[in-house]
Amino acid sequence: MIEIKGLTKIFGQKPVVDGVTVTIEPRTITSFIGPNGAGKSTLLSMVSRLLDADSGEVLLDRKDIRKWKSNEFAKRVSILRQANYINVRLTVRELVSFGRYPYSKGRLTEEDEWFVDQAIDYMNLRDMQDKFLDELSGGQRQRAFIAMVIAQDTEYILLDEPLNNLDMKHSVQIMKILRRLVDEKGKTVVIVLHDINFASVYSDRIVALKDGKLVKVGPTHEVIKTESLREIYDMHIPVQEQDGCRICIYFNSQVNVHA
Amino acid sequence: MKLWMLIILAIILSFISLFVGPIDIKVSDILNGNTDQIEIFLISRVPRLMAIILAGAGMSIAGLIMQSLSRNKFVSPTTAGTLDAARLGILISMLIFSHTAFIFKVIFSFAFALIGTLVFMQILDRIKFKDAIFVPLIGIMYGNILGSITTFFAYEADLIQNISSWLMGSFTLIIAGRYELLYLSVPAVILAYIYANKFTVAGLGEEFAKNLGLSYRQVLNIGLILVALISTTVVLTVGIIPFLGLVIPNIVSLYLGDHLRKTIPHTAVLGVVFLLVCDIAGRVIVHPYEIPVNVTVAVIGSAIFLTMLLRGRAYAKK
Repeated sequence: MIEIKGLTKIFGQKPVVDGVTVTIEPRTITSFIGPNGAGKSTLLSMVSRLLDADSGEVLLDRKDIRKWKSNEFAKRVSILRQANYINVRLTVRELVSFGRYPYSKGRLTEEDEWFVDQAIDYMNLRDMQDKFLDELSGGQRQRAFIAMVIAQDTEYILLDEPLNNLDMKHSVQIMKILRRLVDEKGKTVVIVLHDINFASVYSDRIVALKDGKLVKVGPTHEVIKTESLREIYDMHIPVQEQDGCRICIYFNSQVNVHA
Repeated sequence: MKLWMLIILAIILSFISLFVGPIDIKVSDILNGNTDQIEIFLISRVPRLMAIILAGAGMSIAGLIMQSLSRNKFVSPTTAGTLDAARLGILISMLIFSHTAFIFKVIFSFAFALIGTLVFMQILDRIKFKDAIFVPLIGIMYGNILGSITTFFAYEADLIQNISSWLMGSFTLIIAGRYELLYLSVPAVILAYIYANKFTVAGLGEEFAKNLGLSYRQVLNIGLILVALISTTVVLTVGIIPFLGLVIPNIVSLYLGDHLRKTIPHTAVLGVVFLLVCDIAGRVIVHPYEIPVNVTVAVIGSAIFLTMLLRGRAYAKK
């Protein structure tokens, strides 16, 4: 279990994340949503140790994450930021193999190779496993990075806007894979999303941030409601149900500046 | 290209290199035990070959490490101020100590190369605009600033001639007893191979490395120490060989990718082959005189580099 307690990060004078306390439930997809500058990515960076918090703490299995050894932590929690490592010419298989780095330091054992094969098959990358990353399309590349995280075999998978620059088809594909990771493999996925409809349709729980503060947290159906959304986005957003999915119709909303 | 082809090519070129020079030495002279010829062979030809091999492999690997760690295809000891800083270090040791204190030259030039490269990496950290071409331009400017400081103090102290001898890479003066420092690059290259996986992970970025539990800073520092060590040994014995660390790793990256565990052996051997070709050419063209190797390397290397720049801007950005 990951418990975030009073986490604060200050850039200059301004708190970007301000006293956020929230618990990440195991075996769920938890989406961080909120307007630009709400502190979603910063919060995720602190949870994954990419960034040090100014105050507060994050507990993984009741132990402060700062007290975990880097290597052990890397076996429990993985983080994928927006994929911009593409100037490195690695093949898909080489990249996925690096997911085993915390276990084998690059000298792959038979067990490691098994995990790599599994991850490649899981992401349907078998045909292109020997292609260089810079020869792939955006969607394929994103799948390769997720395959690496699957090979890393961590209980917690943290993703920072994994749908950036992906078209609808690939976005849906990625979200379905994340859903399967939770339902079939029992992973816990934490994801920063811009599109609230993807958050609404695919996540179990939603953490809504605004100006660095936690505004709403709870199961998806409790947060994706017109009143809650007004609080988060200062917009009037009607919510309609379609085949059991709650869809936010925000394209023509009244923007209420003073709400 | 296969590694064994490169190795065979390197062996053939090594053999040619041993038997090219102003004094005619034939294989039969060696076999017949002709003492004069054997002496020349052991004092001049063999050390020269060893120096070429060590410098060629070393500088190529140094370039490869820098490109990986800076995440830029056009960064190398030549374009990051490393060599200029090493030269500044040599000058300062000459100013403080006597001209002959070799060990101080080694220490100073190593320390300066290391600090100089660290400063460049700090600059790289701060600039927001990380264009593939812009970054090495900054490195070249930075190197020139260090170079002009060196020139100024060398002029004041009447050491210009000494200093310019380190600017000119040449194997002409390599004889037994004057190149052994280069052997320090052997452990450096072996260490680079041991750290190959770590360098590759670090080359994917700090956040990526942290995700995999790698201590990024430590790997970065070890990489820069290796680069500084190799650069120092080469500058102090052979002089500055431009373009080598830039061109060779890029050619290998084109056909083999950027996984250092795969590319390090190729890069090392291709560097040796390239330097052997350049050195043999320099010895043959104006026989029995010699063109210093930095000239032939610069002519061939800059042509390749230009082609890469013009054709490869897209490739470098990918």
